[in-house]
Parts: sequence; structure tokens; C-alpha cells
Amino acid sequence: MKILVCISHVPDTTSKINFTESDTKFDTNGVQFVINPYDEFCLTRAMWFKEKQGATVTIVNVGGAETEPTLRKALAIGADNAIRVNASPTDGLQVAKELAAVVKTGEYDLVLAGKESADYNGQMVPGMLAALTDFNFINGCVGIEVDGTTVSATREIDGGNETLSSSLPIVIGGQKGIVEEKDLRIPNMRGIMMARKKPLNVIEPVAAEIATNIESFQKPAPKGAVKLVAADNIDELISLLHNEAKVI
Amino acid sequence: MSVLVFADSSEGKFKKTALEVVSYGKKVAEQLGTNVVALTVNAADSSELYTYGAEKVIAVSNDAFNTFNAKQYGAIVTEVAKKENATVVVVDSSIDGFYLAPMIAVHLEAGFATNVVDAPSNTNPFTVKRKAFSNKAFSNTVISTENKVIGLAKNSFGIHENPVSGTTENFEASIIDSGVTSENIEKVTGKVTIADADVVVSAGRGLKGPENWGLIEDLADVLGAATACSKPVSDLGWRPHGEHVGQTGKPVASNLYIAIGISGAIQHLAGINASKVKVVINTDAEAPFFKAADYGIVGDAFEVVPKLIEKLKAFKAA
Ligand SMILES: Cc1cc2nc3c(=O)[nH]c(=O)nc-3n(C[C@H](O)[C@H](O)[C@H](O)COP(=O)(O)OP(=O)(O)OC[C@H]3O[C@@H](n4cnc5c(N)ncnc54)[C@H](O)[C@@H]3O)c2cc1C
Ligand SMILES: Nc1ncnc2c1ncn2[C@@H]1O[C@H](COP(=O)(O)O)[C@@H](O)[C@H]1O
Repeated sequence: MKILVCISHVPDTTSKINFTESDTKFDTNGVQFVINPYDEFCLTRAMWFKEKQGATVTIVNVGGAETEPTLRKALAIGADNAIRVNASPTDGLQVAKELAAVVKTGEYDLVLAGKESADYNGQMVPGMLAALTDFNFINGCVGIEVDGTTVSATREIDGGNETLSSSLPIVIGGQKGIVEEKDLRIPNMRGIMMARKKPLNVIEPVAAEIATNIESFQKPAPKGAVKLVAADNIDELISLLHNEAKVI
Repeated sequence: MSVLVFADSSEGKFKKTALEVVSYGKKVAEQLGTNVVALTVNAADSSELYTYGAEKVIAVSNDAFNTFNAKQYGAIVTEVAKKENATVVVVDSSIDGFYLAPMIAVHLEAGFATNVVDAPSNTNPFTVKRKAFSNKAFSNTVISTENKVIGLAKNSFGIHENPVSGTTENFEASIIDSGVTSENIEKVTGKVTIADADVVVSAGRGLKGPENWGLIEDLADVLGAATACSKPVSDLGWRPHGEHVGQTGKPVASNLYIAIGISGAIQHLAGINASKVKVVINTDAEAPFFKAADYGIVGDAFEVVPKLIEKLKAFKAA
């Protein structure tokens, strides 16, 4: 089985978010970038397939040279090779078109992507990728098994889970549950050494059209101070929630 | 030209987000000087949507569409969008909305903006305000393609009545081969889900152990609320994974969010700060959550919550 894991390179979840150039650019100063948490779950599942069922695992990112340390980290976790599409990721449809070109060329069977990325939170790339490649598609996936070309997967629905059957080739939008938190891997020394020698191919974009563009950023309005209520004055809290906030 | 909204229903009944997308679609249609068309699939009574401004409803009904299937539903919305010459398609931000919308965008060659929180600030260029960086900021995004798909963030625009005399047209949508078959659905019944809830009662590691969650459930019962928890609580197995909220868990955009024994780590706050009113109960006055909250009680959950339940019961009964 040929597996492709789409990796987006995002600010660490603890990052303070600031903007520069009159609020038109994200300020990367002092920001630590990591593998998007959802993609990390997908990558770990891909490693499981590789070890238990035999598979080659390619990782791909659409981005500039600054994403390469993130890709090396994914290689150190155990992916076999990496592809970087040398384009600045501006819009979901553009990224999906670049990834679709990679998928078609590489004839992958299983494409794993995170259900959302932690930066622009598009929640769109996996679905677009499925539509562009005409692969089967399961999103919000919390479990997947592959037997030959048969796929059995579970996805989260409102208030529960749905079990689905499908077949390869397929695009999966994955999240926590596809593997458990405790099974996530941290690169070890040997992995890091090996990753240095693994192929990281930089390819030029197919130059997909850019459909959306961010004009400016804005931070949420500053919050007023919390109103503290004494622990023995619950009546006041209820009155505030009823009369002032009007939420009960 | 028209604005098409997909009004999602569950067991025939419209979800609240459906009324919100119709309200939103009406607003966008007004801005563009056109009409809003609402699409329903297997809804029992579509006329409810007239109240929110839908002049025209396209009702699709077919038992083949009883269970949601992303490719199939995506094909239906696309087919209707083309038939109605829709240049703007609006979907909600439910799990299923996010599942099918990207496919619609590809089929319509449309730019797609998700997590949109307000009506367009400008229609030419078409500019919308969206949440970004896990709710830590907003972006003003221009969609430059002729066709546009908008994913409306839940509880952002609100539900607005705008009664019109509408008409409903039945439509026979094509059945496609979706390649994915639903085998089994497991759902907790009779419980408010986090996605649907007006009020969410959430608790963290301050609750000490799973045996103490009776308190949280009782409070949720009185308020008709959904229960949620912080990430460590679900990692420890005290509560099911589906209850984990935050940046890497479920997003919460309720009217009221009550956080009990949760410190307020940045990743937790990122997922819940779209909630309108936040109440925190914590023993530690220095807990970061107090900076993000509207109302707070510095106190022990095991003393405060039972009193709160008792007082709320009296309040509800009065
Ligand atoms: C990549 C990444 C992603 C993450 N994603 C998420 C996420 O999506 N959601 C999330 O929640 N976390 C997330 N976290 C974890 C987050 O950083 C915090 O560790 C977590 O939110 C803390 O949970 P807590 O507040 O329940 O526990 P603690 O931090 O242990 O806080 C417990 C609180 O309870 C209070 N307390 C103790 N006893 C009582 C009492 N008797 N009555 C009242 N209060 C009491 C304490 O004062 C304390 O403030 C993530 C972390 C990382 C690294
Ligand atoms: N620039 C990118 N390069 C590679 N994969 C990406 C990129 N952006 C998004 N993805 C993938 O698509 C998923 C969803 O991203 P998004 O649609 O941006 O929320 C991510 O978790 C990644 O797996």
C-alpha cells in the first residue's frame, strides 16, 4: 500500500498570535512551528500500517523552505520520503489542487490528512482533495482498518460514531482516535540521524489559481474584567446570568 | 443569480444552525439584491423556513438520502446550486457541513471561506470576516472567484425572523454512487450534544476523579445543558473522548459555558472562547481562566456546585 500523509506546518498550540505590516502578515517572530496535531495522529497511524501490514509512507507539504524542519521531524518519526511543493499556501483550494497533482502522479492508495489545520482552520483540504481526485472520502475519522482494498472506518458524528465501509483509493480526514494520544511518537536519536539521509524532494507547483486571499487580520476585542461573585452568594450569580447576561 | 443555503435537518426537524444559515443567506441576498433559496433534504415541513426569509424552498425527499452521505449530499447541493444559478452557497459548521462543503466548492469551482462570523463587509470585492488561529484572531478574507461557498460559524450571526410568503418546490435529486456505505450508527439518545447545546457545563482535573461527575451531570440536567471536559480528563479516561473540548477537541460556541475546576490553558480557551458568556468556578484566584471569563466564583467546586444546583432548581421552579 502506498500512503501519502499531508502535513501542514503550524504554530505550536501555545503560541501567542500577533500580526505585522499593518495587520496583514502573521508575525512568526518567536513562534515555534510544529506538525499540525491532527496530522501527527495520521502519521502515527500510517506508521502502524507500515509496520503491521507493509506500506510505504510519503509525506507532503505545500510550503516554502521554512517547513523543511517540520518535514524532517516527520521523517524522523518514520516516514520514508518527503515531498515539498514549493508554493506559498494561501488558499485551501490552491493547496488541494497542488496536493491532487501529487496524489495523481504518485498513485497513492491511502491519503491521510488532518481534519483541520491549527493556523487558518480551513477544514477544507481533505474534502477538496477527495473531490479533485475522485477518491472515496471519510472525514472526522476516529478509526481506520484496511484489508486488501477494503476500508472500514469510524467517524465522529454529533453525539456518537458512525461505522462506514469503503474501498481504496481513499482520502481520510483524521483526528484524535485514529490513534490514541499515548501512542503518538516522538522522534528518537536514531530516527533523527536516519531522517537526514531520507529523500526530501522539492517540486514546483502546478500553479493553481488562488481563490481566496486574506486582506487583514484582527484580534478579538479586549475582554472586560471578570465579575467575581462570592462563593456564598449564588443568588447573585443567578441574578446576573438571568438579568444581565440573559443566558438562563 | 441567487443565494443558496443548505438547511440541514435531523429526523425531519431543522437544526438551529439551519435557521441561522437561512437568516444569514437572507442577509447576503439582500446585500446582493437577489433572493435566497433554501435546500432541504427529507425535512418534514419546510414552511418553517419562510419565517427566516426563505422565499423559495427546494425540498428533496427520498429514502435513499435518509443517512447523511457527504458525496451524495454534496452532489445534491451542487445540482440545486446549478439549477438555481446560485453564486453564493451557505452551509453551517456542523460536522456534516464541514464534511460536504469542500466538495461543493470543488464542483462549483468556488472559493471557500469557513468559520465566517459575520455578513460580508463588502460584496465587491466579496469580503468576509472569519475566525483564524483557533479562535485567537480573525481574518478578513476576500473571495475572488465568481462562485463562493461560505461555512457559517455556529451562533455567530444569530437567528433572525424575517417572515416572507414563500413557496416550496419538490425536486428529484440524482442518486450517485458515493463509494462509502454507512454500516452502523451509534448515538447517545436523550442527551443534549455539545454542538446543539445553548448551555455547556464543563469540568476539568479539579474534579479529582470520574466518581465526582454526578455533580456535573446534575448541574447540566437543571440547565438542559450538554456536558464537556478538558483534555486531560478524557485522556485519563474519566470521561468519553467525545466530551473533550478545546483547540484539539470539539469547539464550543454556546450562549453559556460554565467551567468548573478547569485552569484555562490557552489550548482549552481557544476552543471555547466563541461562547458568548463564560462562568468559571475555581479554587485558585490566579487561575488563567478568570482572565477569559465574564463571571467567576473563587471557591471549591464541591461546595459551590451543590449550592448552585439547589438554587437553580428553585429559580427554574419559580
Ligand atoms: C498540543 C496540545 C493540545 C491541547 N489541546 C487541549 C484541548 O483541546 N483542550 C484542553 O482542555 N486542553 C488541551 N491541552 C492541555 C492544556 O494545555 C491543559 O493541560 C489542560 O487544559 C488542563 O486541564 P485542566 O484545566 O482540567 O487541569 P489542570 O490544569 O490541572 O487544572 C485544574 C484546575 O482545577 C482547579 N481546582 C482544583 N481543585 C478544585 C476544586 N475543588 N474546585 C474548583 N477548582 C479546583 C485548580 O485550581 C486548577 O486551576 C493541550 C495541550 C497540548 C500540548
Ligand atoms: N500547506 C499544506 N501542505 C500539506 N498539507 C496541508 C496543507 N494545508 C493543509 N494540509 C492538510 O489538510 C489538512 C486540513 O487543513 P485545512 O483544510 O487547512 O484545515 C491538514 O491537517 C493537512 O493534513
